[in-house]
Amino acid sequence: MIYASVKELSQALAAKQISSVELTGLFLDRIERLNPEINAFVTVDRQKSLKMAADADARIAAGQAGPLTGVPIAQKDIFCAEGWLTTCGSKMLSNFVSPYDATVIRKMHAEAGLVSLGKTNMDEFAMGSSNETSFFGPVRNPWDRERVPGGSSGGSAAAIAARLAPAATGTDTGGSIRQPAALCNLTGLKPTYGLVSRYGMIAFASSLDQGGPMAASAEDCALLLNTMVGFDERDSTSLDRPAEDYARDLEKPLAGLRIGLPKEFFGEGCDAEVMAAVQAAIQEYEKLGATCVEVSLPNSHLSVPAYYVIAPAEASSNLSRFDGVRYGYRAPEYGNLDDMYMKTRAQAFGAEVKRRILIGAYVLSHGYYDAYYLQAQRIRRLIANDFVEAFKACDVILGPTSPSTAFKIGEKAADPVQMYLSDIYTIAVNLAGLPGMSLPCGFAGGLPVGMQLIGNYFDEARLLNVAHRYQMATDWHQRRPDGLA
Amino acid sequence: MSQWEVVIGIETHAQLSTVSKIFSGASTAFGAEPNTQACAVDLALPGVLPVLNKKAVDCAIRFGLAIGAHVSPKSIFARKNYFYPDLPKGYQISQFELPVVQGGAITVQVGSGEKAYEKTINLTRAHLEEDAGKSLHEDFHGKSGIDLNRAGTPLLEIVTEPDMRSSDEAVAYAKALHALVRWIGICDGNMQEGSFRCDANVSVRRPGQPFGTRREIKNLNSFRYLKDAIDYEVRWQIETLEDGGKIQQATVLFDPDTGETRTMRTKEDAHDYRYFPDPDLLPLVISSDWMARVQGELPELPAQKRQRFMSDLGLSAYDASTLTASQEIADFYESTVTVAGADNAKPCANWVMVDLAARLNKEGKDIAESPVTPEQLGGLVLRIADNTISNNIAKKVFEALWNGEGATADEIIDKQGLKQITDSGAIEALVDEVLAANAANVAEYRAGKEKAFNALVGQVMKAAKGKANPQQVNELLRKKLSA
Repeated sequence: MIYASVKELSQALAAKQISSVELTGLFLDRIERLNPEINAFVTVDRQKSLKMAADADARIAAGQAGPLTGVPIAQKDIFCAEGWLTTCGSKMLSNFVSPYDATVIRKMHAEAGLVSLGKTNMDEFAMGSSNETSFFGPVRNPWDRERVPGGSSGGSAAAIAARLAPAATGTDTGGSIRQPAALCNLTGLKPTYGLVSRYGMIAFASSLDQGGPMAASAEDCALLLNTMVGFDERDSTSLDRPAEDYARDLEKPLAGLRIGLPKEFFGEGCDAEVMAAVQAAIQEYEKLGATCVEVSLPNSHLSVPAYYVIAPAEASSNLSRFDGVRYGYRAPEYGNLDDMYMKTRAQAFGAEVKRRILIGAYVLSHGYYDAYYLQAQRIRRLIANDFVEAFKACDVILGPTSPSTAFKIGEKAADPVQMYLSDIYTIAVNLAGLPGMSLPCGFAGGLPVGMQLIGNYFDEARLLNVAHRYQMATDWHQRRPDGLA
Repeated sequence: MSQWEVVIGIETHAQLSTVSKIFSGASTAFGAEPNTQACAVDLALPGVLPVLNKKAVDCAIRFGLAIGAHVSPKSIFARKNYFYPDLPKGYQISQFELPVVQGGAITVQVGSGEKAYEKTINLTRAHLEEDAGKSLHEDFHGKSGIDLNRAGTPLLEIVTEPDMRSSDEAVAYAKALHALVRWIGICDGNMQEGSFRCDANVSVRRPGQPFGTRREIKNLNSFRYLKDAIDYEVRWQIETLEDGGKIQQATVLFDPDTGETRTMRTKEDAHDYRYFPDPDLLPLVISSDWMARVQGELPELPAQKRQRFMSDLGLSAYDASTLTASQEIADFYESTVTVAGADNAKPCANWVMVDLAARLNKEGKDIAESPVTPEQLGGLVLRIADNTISNNIAKKVFEALWNGEGATADEIIDKQGLKQITDSGAIEALVDEVLAANAANVAEYRAGKEKAFNALVGQVMKAAKGKANPQQVNELLRKKLSA
């Protein structure tokens, strides 16, 4: 059961082959045993989880179950969940028990009946690509404990890879679902901006943040996405669209599919073995009936610089509410008000968060705003237009997710720019607001390699179809790390 | 003083009369227990998001239409970043580069009587924003309390051009604006509760010279303070300059107890608010349908009513302005005219503007609290018009109505026997009597002293207990004296 897919688990629950309480217990036991090695979860609450599982069982018994009722899932600790410690990986919120549910949490738990196994570790306030910036310590990659799982949704990724959970939620501001999925041999989807409500998802960069599912397969992601999306009147950037079943086209044949290969993604800067795995995947797609066309994203080299203006600008303002006044950490000793602010924020934010707040405050300041923030916004529009042009010639875009496989803990921690470059292929997707996913496509030096699929706006069903057909033909996504009994 | 010109611009924060806050569903009612009207959004809990209250936008559109401004089809909410304990998010959501209301003007009447003049004050902009909470420094020994009930209350910040040239003009503008926002129902205008508060930007210059450096007097919550603060500030600036000093740009506070302003912060320690468009809110798009709907809901505006009073009722510009100074005055006046008839529009105007206003003023009452109703006043004007009573007697009847001595003017006239004597025989008898008894006055009059005539009229009226028709008395006296 531990290795069953979300789909198989839902079928087993519906057929009453296992109860949600039993299933949840299995995963909780495994978390208890293995989490100390992996550090994927920051909060586990057995009683709460089992209570949710019992409620799910009651729903199943009463015939009121939805497709995923009773399936356990891990929640990234960026989502506020009523009565749960919600830390966002920060000392600042290390004592914050949320009094309310994020919309995603409400939809998945109260509506769909999924059962929360706990809250997963993450880079502090989702700022990082390695999970090393967490106040709760680095997460270890189940494929190699000396290596990072990627970030910021590294806890969610490691939890699934170590099979501490069958699936998890993540959030993706510049690659935070896709890059850890790639580094941990998982499938993860960042939906079109506005599809999943941001209400209750602690904001990093509001115009880029988007929640999405992470699981072992595209099929599982489709089922999870069905429970997460929907218009939310509490989020002004939420899109009011008719509901759709993201699993509906999973098995559609790929004959006639046009795959765009951006020449900028196949040049220098990518590890050769990673590139080889991606090239092999392209050949596999051709076998499946797709045709490949070269496309160009001429401004993609500007995406990292533009992102590191826009995201810190928004973050510097979003994180102002953490001031020690109403909730969260407050410095134990301070003089006047300004001293309270300074000590509180100096003590409770980590180095990366401080770095981004400083950059953000700088690019928004008087005299610099036009040169940085406005310029970055112009570049953002150019990047979005590049994709509009590219999608005139293709249906999906394919390339590597990350230029390298999982790197060693500490390897890039001292060099923020190197760290930022690990999101070089994913960031443009957030700037354009497009859906993107990562799925396993091979190994390099025994470590997983992910490929990225980018779709047009609202084309999640097609992306999942393209990923699923590949997963029907290959077994990369079914490989498991050794040494995890 | 005459060689200095005063330049004033005013920023007003008008609290909009919406049931709930501008970005959350919490109530805006005043006076609740601290922090009982602050929801997750107002408390800025992690993860919460703002959602714009469309009713606040309705108010902004109403205002824009009422002042003939450009209501922008697209405007942007921006974040104004600064730290303060009563600002929960660490930023205020406001509008910066693209405000919802742009331009517009308000024409006001400055001064009264003969010295009155009209002045048009141009507006720069009006934008939507949220209010902050309150810091409570009393009652918490060595600590401060925070009440977030007010956090997120919708405000319309209304900014004028530096068009005013005296504290009288500033007060006239503030009063006209105050009347207007209440007139169009977007603000209750309660100044004690902080629903309507003004900041005055004041500078002085030599006529013809560029603007001087301004100082901003913050949070003036009465017209009196507005005037006193500006007057003090102007004197201070002129003295400073005449003593060879320089004015530093600064934000100052007015202390009503001392009548002085004192510096709160200077330009050097001014914040860099790091404004940028709020990524949590889409641009505010106002469709033509939305505009048309709000336009359709607007009452007749003061300027329109003023024009109508002039064209349809033949009032002077001054009278029309005074009678449209507030919705209550205008309503009172119009109801009075409805009873007395359009032919009596001018006497009705005089009664409302002079007699009623003086009486209300004496008692410190608002026109809405007037014991004399428009119907009663209209009835009174009718009796003057048809010569049932003289103007002098009418003042008595008015006083009686004020004191509740009767339900109508007619009832009081009847009951108190105030009907005017118009029987010329009766008046002639009285005139003869007075002429016989006041030979000295008669002699003076004939010697050319006009004043003596007035004394004789007075005597006749006294003998008639005020009830003789004054015109008839005059005519008869002249006739007899010239005989």
